[in-house]
Amino acid sequence: MKPDKLARMANDIAHNLAALGDAAPAAIAEHLRHFWTPRMRKELLQLIQAGGASLEPTVVEAARAL
Amino acid sequence: MPLPKVIDYGTPLRESADTVTLTIDGRAVRVPKGTAILAAARSHGIEIPKLCATDMVEAFGSCRLCLVEIEGRRGTPASCTTPAEDGMVVHTQTARLAALRRGVMELYISDHPLDCLTCSANGDCELQDMAGAVGLREVRYGQDGRKHRTEAKDESNPYFTFDSSKCIVCSRCVRACAEVQGTFALTITGRGLESKVSTGSFDFLSSECVSCGACVQACPTATLNEKSVIEHGTPTGATITTCAYCGVGCSFRAETQGGQLVRMVPYKRGQANEGHSCVKGRFAYGYATHPDRITRPMIRARISDPWREVSWDEAFAHAASEFRRIQAQYGREAVGGITSSRCTNEETFLVQKLVRAVFGNNNVDNCARVCHSPTGYGLKQTFGTSAGTQDFKSVAQADVILLIGANPTDAHPVFASRMKRRLREGARLIVADPRRIDLVRSPHIQAAHHLALKPGTNVALINALAHVVVSEGLVREDYVRERCDLASFEAWARFIADPRHAPEASADITGVPAGELRAAARLYATARNAAIYYGLGVTEHSQGSTMVMGMANLAMATGNVGRVGVGVNPLRGQNNVQGACDMGSFPHEFSGYRHVSDDATREVFEQLWGVALAREPGLRIPNMVDEAQSGHFKGLYIQGEDIAQSDPDTQNVIAGLSAMECVVVQDLFLNETAKYAHVFLPGASFLEKDGTFTNAERRISRVRKVIAPLAGLADWEVTLGLAAALGYPMQYAHPSEIMDEIARATPSFAGVSYARLDELGSIQWPCNAAAPTGTPIMHVERFVRGKGRFMLTGYVPTEERTGERFPLLLTTGRILSQYNVGTQTARTPNTRWHDEDLLEIHPFDAEQRGINDGDRVLLRSRAGATSLRAQISERVQPGVVYTTFHHARSGVNVVTTDYSDWATNCPEYKVTAVQVTRTAAPSDWQRENAARADFLRRIERELPEGAG
Ligand code: SF4
Ligand code: SF4
Ligand code: SF4
Ligand code: FES
Repeated sequence: MKPDKLARMANDIAHNLAALGDAAPAAIAEHLRHFWTPRMRKELLQLIQAGGASLEPTVVEAARAL
Repeated sequence: MPLPKVIDYGTPLRESADTVTLTIDGRAVRVPKGTAILAAARSHGIEIPKLCATDMVEAFGSCRLCLVEIEGRRGTPASCTTPAEDGMVVHTQTARLAALRRGVMELYISDHPLDCLTCSANGDCELQDMAGAVGLREVRYGQDGRKHRTEAKDESNPYFTFDSSKCIVCSRCVRACAEVQGTFALTITGRGLESKVSTGSFDFLSSECVSCGACVQACPTATLNEKSVIEHGTPTGATITTCAYCGVGCSFRAETQGGQLVRMVPYKRGQANEGHSCVKGRFAYGYATHPDRITRPMIRARISDPWREVSWDEAFAHAASEFRRIQAQYGREAVGGITSSRCTNEETFLVQKLVRAVFGNNNVDNCARVCHSPTGYGLKQTFGTSAGTQDFKSVAQADVILLIGANPTDAHPVFASRMKRRLREGARLIVADPRRIDLVRSPHIQAAHHLALKPGTNVALINALAHVVVSEGLVREDYVRERCDLASFEAWARFIADPRHAPEASADITGVPAGELRAAARLYATARNAAIYYGLGVTEHSQGSTMVMGMANLAMATGNVGRVGVGVNPLRGQNNVQGACDMGSFPHEFSGYRHVSDDATREVFEQLWGVALAREPGLRIPNMVDEAQSGHFKGLYIQGEDIAQSDPDTQNVIAGLSAMECVVVQDLFLNETAKYAHVFLPGASFLEKDGTFTNAERRISRVRKVIAPLAGLADWEVTLGLAAALGYPMQYAHPSEIMDEIARATPSFAGVSYARLDELGSIQWPCNAAAPTGTPIMHVERFVRGKGRFMLTGYVPTEERTGERFPLLLTTGRILSQYNVGTQTARTPNTRWHDEDLLEIHPFDAEQRGINDGDRVLLRSRAGATSLRAQISERVQPGVVYTTFHHARSGVNVVTTDYSDWATNCPEYKVTAVQVTRTAAPSDWQRENAARADFLRRIERELPEGAG
């Protein structure tokens, strides 16, 4: 999937779960496991490894739990 | 099946626990209190002659044919207007009554043409029957009554005629239009002998009439008669089946004559519609036999090749070898399927089975992705399951109705009629919608509040409503304590009490004045029973799922879940979108909404299907399109779905489809998606097969075969053929056996079978040992998930913003006479009401742009441009434009963007930043698309034998 699309989808999830505060990264990770294919999750991790500048910090934190 | 006679009880049957016992013609009769003598007698097999009464409307007492004698009472009261009472002794057949009735009939007949033998209602006319029943032998007043015999027939409506010369002015039609449909299009004008039925307009077509057919059904004579009956003659057979248009799921008698469908009559015992219908289900079935139907399988190597007609076996073999080649070359995940929300439960179940068991992955999705997937997510998070909480009937006990982002009079008309009836009885209505829909104000209906919010600000609105409830002490604390998860409630209450959620703070965002919003919140929160009904105006947003959870929060906080008259109810679009979702047409869930990672569930299916199943979620439709463009997704089996027209950002969808190597389309017509397909498998309409549909109230109803499949196979048989060619034969002799498998594998369907459906008429799931006859109302004693869970619903503005280039917001919707992308309705005379999509624009915005009513305008967004004609309207607010999406040539989805709901990827159809300018020509896309269409749809037909 195109990296910018993937990043936008991940950030949308982060923005909508932001109200959870400290619990947000875990909720984001759970959401990604629940709804994203393994390839999409792998590509998200690659995006992070490549710098992931466009990603919300909570997404980066969530990705650690993937 | 021969035509069974439908009993007309004459007056409505009442529901009451209290009964009365009386004697009619010497027989003891017991009926619910409030039942009229006429219906009391008929329900015990005693027929009293009648003309102006019919059980679909309240009695009127005008014809005086139903007179009876009651011991101890003077005179001869009308049995239709006299309630049965305890101890009454009634005589329905006496010499005095017979003479009186003959006199009444004599008067009627003297004013009625005597052309019974050539009349289209011959054999199906109550006037004729009554003349026989009362023994009329002579008419002393001659035959030249003043009746409007010279008046021309009104044939303006495409489906029925009005022949006033045959009218007996019984006013059944007027009452049906008012009481059943709620449109009030008809009146009786004039007095005495001059009285007649009037539409208040030039003719039916130009009047307020919405062509629901209720008056036609109510009419005892040939005055209002279906054109199809006039053309073909009266039907001789009937089959009970379910409408294939919208999620109301009306039940119909499909009436036939010699294997041909003559008319569809709403079925009185249908539990979803109780004898009512709308113009689509009642009349717009002609698409099923339209000459555009493709009835031979076809294949081609490239989309630039013409189609070649082949045998079913060759088509299956070709598709199977392509799918296997693609999987061998690109991997197991490179193919997938889309099930159809237009097809039956059994058919969608088979397609997802094929994807999971034969393709070996979870790449299966359905069109709920683009409509109610946020409902699934939001209600599951809060209540524990993905479905509406009530039956439709429940609205009859709602005192306040909060209608959000739905337009039921156009999109769910038969439910709207129920709702309007309740509103006429005094229930209050709050409408939250950017546009002034009909229910804001229409005959005998006036919304208490219209919260005309800006598109895209739903969550800010629901949070403000909840803020008022929490901050003004309107929470039903006893309910919350007993039924809900307290920790989640406390966190939510703290969150929502924050001043940023106050109506005064959010007014700038939503555009809704704080005073109006506070009043609406109080009205909802303090009602005895308050019910939420909602549509795609809630879900098709970047925060669709958040909004669904926001509504669930509000309902729980005010104690409005778990009994009759309340609830949170999605008005679902497609006839079987609820069913398609229930059947596991999602990449992350098996039937019954169980996640693919759940080992126990997977084991059930692995045992049944004899193969190992994937435990990771698959691709959703938009992900498939994106992955195709990245080169990872190459083959797609699409059953009855037109993603190239119905999904957003058309050019992106087409790019995805064009990047695939094998697209298999199974459909009635060569639709837009088929232009990019390699295999075409002809589908069967709902008239051509057996199965079940599940409507928006979780009601499973039978679909029964009325005519043979035009292409030889029903859709379920097509999937069997494909599976067999893929080396996985599935053995079912009849769809009932597929349902048996569903029941075995799905706890919420455990008690469902065709035998049980025949017995009960229909069943609302869950249906199992705990609820053997189904579940009309959900979450009664406890929520499906145990305790109701409050979710935090922060407002996140959509990224789709207006600016200098795109200063207006486009939102979309539907109209009564057309259905979705028009595949069916655009192939029927329903185009008489709507033959093109129009862009509604506020006079202020139009004037700024020099646009006049009817001008062609260019509608442009960052995704693309299309052109259509403008309609200047104050229904929309300044800054907002609105259109429908029923016609392929307007291509509205060329303009919508690929932004989507954060949780489910449901597209944000309802908010697109656009610019509108005058134009003289079609857009570039429209021109190219029209030029390409013919090329991509060429069929190379073999010459018929003997030709050339
Ligand atoms: S068809 Fe329906 S809307 Fe039209 S006049 Fe008859 S009852 Fe009224
Ligand atoms: S049109 Fe039919 S239903 Fe209406 S008043 Fe005339 S006879 Fe009665
Ligand atoms: S309301 Fe819906 S289900 Fe009922 S007849 Fe109309 S389209 Fe069919
Ligand atoms: S049927 Fe009772 S008065 Fe007409």
